[in-house]
Order: sequence, then structure tokens, then C-alpha cells
Amino acid sequence: MFAALIRWLDERLKLEGLIAPLRHKTVPTHRLSYWYFFGGITLFLFIIQVLTGILLLLYYRPGANEAFESVQYIMTRVQFGWLIRSIHSWSANLMIFTAFVHMFSVVFLKAYRKPRELTWVTGVILLFLVMGFGFSGYLLPWNTLAFFATKVGTEIAGQVPFIGRPIMIFLRGGEEVTGATLTRFFGFHVAVLPGIVTVLIAIHLFLVQRLGMSVPPKVEAHWNAHPPEKREMRFFPNFLLRELMAWYVAMGALGALAALFPWNLGVKADPFISAPAGIKPEWYFLFMFQTLKLIPSKVWIIDGEVLGVLGCSLAGLLWLLLPFFESDKTPRTKVWITGLTIFALVYVIGMTVYGYVAN
Amino acid sequence: MCADHAPHRDTSRRRAIEIFLGGGILASLASFLYPVLRFFVPPAVVDLGGDEVVAAKSIEMKPNSGKIFRFGSRPGLLIMNNDGTYRALSATCTHLGCTVQYRPDLREIWCACHNGTYDLNGRNISGPPPRPLDVFDVHVRGDEIVVNRKREA
Repeated sequence: MFAALIRWLDERLKLEGLIAPLRHKTVPTHRLSYWYFFGGITLFLFIIQVLTGILLLLYYRPGANEAFESVQYIMTRVQFGWLIRSIHSWSANLMIFTAFVHMFSVVFLKAYRKPRELTWVTGVILLFLVMGFGFSGYLLPWNTLAFFATKVGTEIAGQVPFIGRPIMIFLRGGEEVTGATLTRFFGFHVAVLPGIVTVLIAIHLFLVQRLGMSVPPKVEAHWNAHPPEKREMRFFPNFLLRELMAWYVAMGALGALAALFPWNLGVKADPFISAPAGIKPEWYFLFMFQTLKLIPSKVWIIDGEVLGVLGCSLAGLLWLLLPFFESDKTPRTKVWITGLTIFALVYVIGMTVYGYVAN
Repeated sequence: MCADHAPHRDTSRRRAIEIFLGGGILASLASFLYPVLRFFVPPAVVDLGGDEVVAAKSIEMKPNSGKIFRFGSRPGLLIMNNDGTYRALSATCTHLGCTVQYRPDLREIWCACHNGTYDLNGRNISGPPPRPLDVFDVHVRGDEIVVNRKREA
């Protein structure tokens, strides 16, 4: 019966023509091939986010008087509500983590080089947007930690000279973080960001499909010297089945984490209480948060905060444009870039750990 | 070696793997879908109204008038007759669930949605309503008019 259905569809859609490019697509096989899985796992976690997010929308209510209560309702009254919400939170964090792993693997395997500059640029923009997802979604349960994280986060955006204040007022929907901010963040989180991210993921995947998988320069050089050692596997079905196994493992890890360590709800936000001691942003903002903390309040004639925000923005911009500094002619720039990217990784990890242990 | 047995053994191994793999995948899908299906079912709303409610204060009511009051999660209709007695009924029309109203000009209960009417005992007398309205007990306690659900006889 299944075969008959496939045949019926094939007669109408010419499935063979659709699958043909996938049949021709190959994935290079070498000792670093495992890193190719992380982009796919990130995509898988994004799909989980969409599905669990839609489920949470059945019960969630935005609004300062209802948001906390509705999440509490989901977690205590709705059957398996605690699990769905816990999966959504865990998957969000794991997705950002795998996106970072994917990005740094691309950096160190030099996969961003010509002709894949646009794949890199869309990928970095996706990372920024995913962090936007994290920032906006964090506020939605309207608990104390989220309230102050949003206050501080939007305040930091407000430090940018000239455009900062209008941006802050736009984000907050007013001068202060209120129910109006919650309404806005809800809109960003469930409508604006999903739309943009879906389009960008489509472009990103199209580019990956169009350009094929990148081979790391060293492996490529070795293969060019010894052509018989070149190894490839077909994307469909060989690589795809392996990828599906990786997804299955990710699903298992996610389910175990969500069930064994359910996400907390915290205490309802109250704009008129003091910020609790030891308040920190989510771990993926921690390296920037810690950087801002370390900059003195006045550097020469510039405010420390302003300098930090501008520095982070500039670093982000340079990171976005990374492939354009790479030249395939002079080998010296490559060494320079490798050094810089190693520094970036060490810096991000170091500052995150430092931010975690510091008071 | 018994080469002629090899193909048979191969297919039976393949079959076993297919059963384990397919069964495992089906079991996983079931374990993902079950919580999702349960999640769809909204928890039952607790009716905090109980069996008794203060429908109105006696000073609010005028003879030959009606008032909609809240009875748990549903509306009720309190009517003061010309002789000063009270009646209370469910205000949910038995046709399609609109909220009915008291018509002082007709001395009837009327549903605006599809022109159904009931008499003051809640009996459906014209229009589409299929059943009478539920009637509640009313008594006056001090200056409060208290409505009770009728006990099942």
C-alpha cells in the first residue's frame, strides 16, 4: 500500500526529479566528518522549538497579570505541561549550544572560505536571531529573573550613542519594562523572529545544498596529493540516515534532561522589589555581560559601558564579515585569522566560566 | 559450509532487524505523541460557584424586573414579580446557549438570538427552544436574595 502511494505521488509530482540532486550530493568522509552533524542537530532542535512552542501557545497568555499564572497553570494543571515547557526551555539552550559548536567547527575547518561567504553570513545572522529568540522568550514567564535580565539587557542596548535610546524605548514599548514590553517580546518571539528565521534557514540550507560540503584545506591538500585516498559517501540515504541517528540521540538527551531536570518557573516579577543578589543573564550572554563588568567606568573620556557596547558590536560585525578577510593568495592572513578565531573561542569560553564563578 | 542455507538465514536476520528497528521507531513515536495528545486536552475548569450564590441585594430589585447574575461559571436570571416574590432560573437558552432576558412588557422570558420564549416557570412556550430552563430555589436572607441549585428529588 505504501509503495502504491509513492507510485501515485511519483506519477503526479515526478519525485525522481526532486530526489535526483540529493542522489548526486555526496558528503566527504574523513576523520573530521563528525563535525558536519552539528548544523543538522541545530536544525532538529529548531523544529522541536517550533512544535513545542505551538503547543505552549494553546495555554500561554501574554500580559503582566496573566503570563506567570498561565505558565504556572501549564506546569501544574495541564497534563504533561511541565514536560512540554521543560523540553522547550532545554531545547532552546541546547540549540544555542549546538549553533555555537557548529559555528566554531565551520571556523576551524575553514568552511566559510570562498565560495561559501554567504552561507557564513546567513549563519551568523541566524545565530544573532536565535539569541534574540532566547532573550525575548526568557521574559515570557514574567518571573523576577527574567524581569531584571530584560531591564539590564534593554538598558545595555540603550547605551549605544544616538540610536541607543530610541532602540531601548522601541524594545520596551515605553520608558520602563512593563506589561507593554511583555506584549512586544511575545510578538517578536512568536511572529517576527520565526518568520525571519524560517526564511534565513531556507536560504542557508539552499546554499549548503547548492555549494556542497566543504572539505578542510589540509584534507583537501592530502587528497590532491593522493587521489586514491579520497573518500565520499552519498548524502541520500547514507549520510541522511546517520544524521537521523544523531537526531535520535539528540532527542534522547533532550528528553532525559527535560524529564530529570525540569525547568523552574521562579517567582512572579514585581517591578517594585529590589533585584535579587547574584543576578546573571543566561549563559550565552554571560561572556558579554562579564566583559562589560570588567571595563572601568571611565576609559579616557568615554563611558565604560558605551565602550563595551561599541566594542561588542564591532566584534560582532567583524565576525560577520570574517570570510572577506580571508584571501586564497597570501598564506599569512590565514595564520592571522586562525590565531584570532582561537582567541575568540578561548575568550568566549573563558569569560563564560569566569562569569559563572565570579560574584 | 552449507552455502544453500545462507540466503535463508540472511533474510531472516534482515527481517529480525527490520522488526526491532521498526518496532523501536514506532514505540518512540508513540511515546512522543502520547504526551502531546494529553497536552491538547484542557484541564477541567473548577466550578468555584458552589451550590449557593447571592444573586442580588433586595434594594437593587424593582417589581416586574429581571437581573442577570453569575452562578458559578454560567449566568442566571433573577426575576421579581409584581407581588414582590422572586424567581430564579438558568439564563442559558436551551436552544443554542444564548443568554435570555426578562421582558417586563410580555411578562415572559425571551431569547434575542432566535426569538424563543419561556414562561415564568421556565417552560418553553414558543420558538425553537427544545427544553424548559432549569429553575433554582430563591429565598431572602436579610437584605440578600440567595439562589440555590435545586436538590435532586
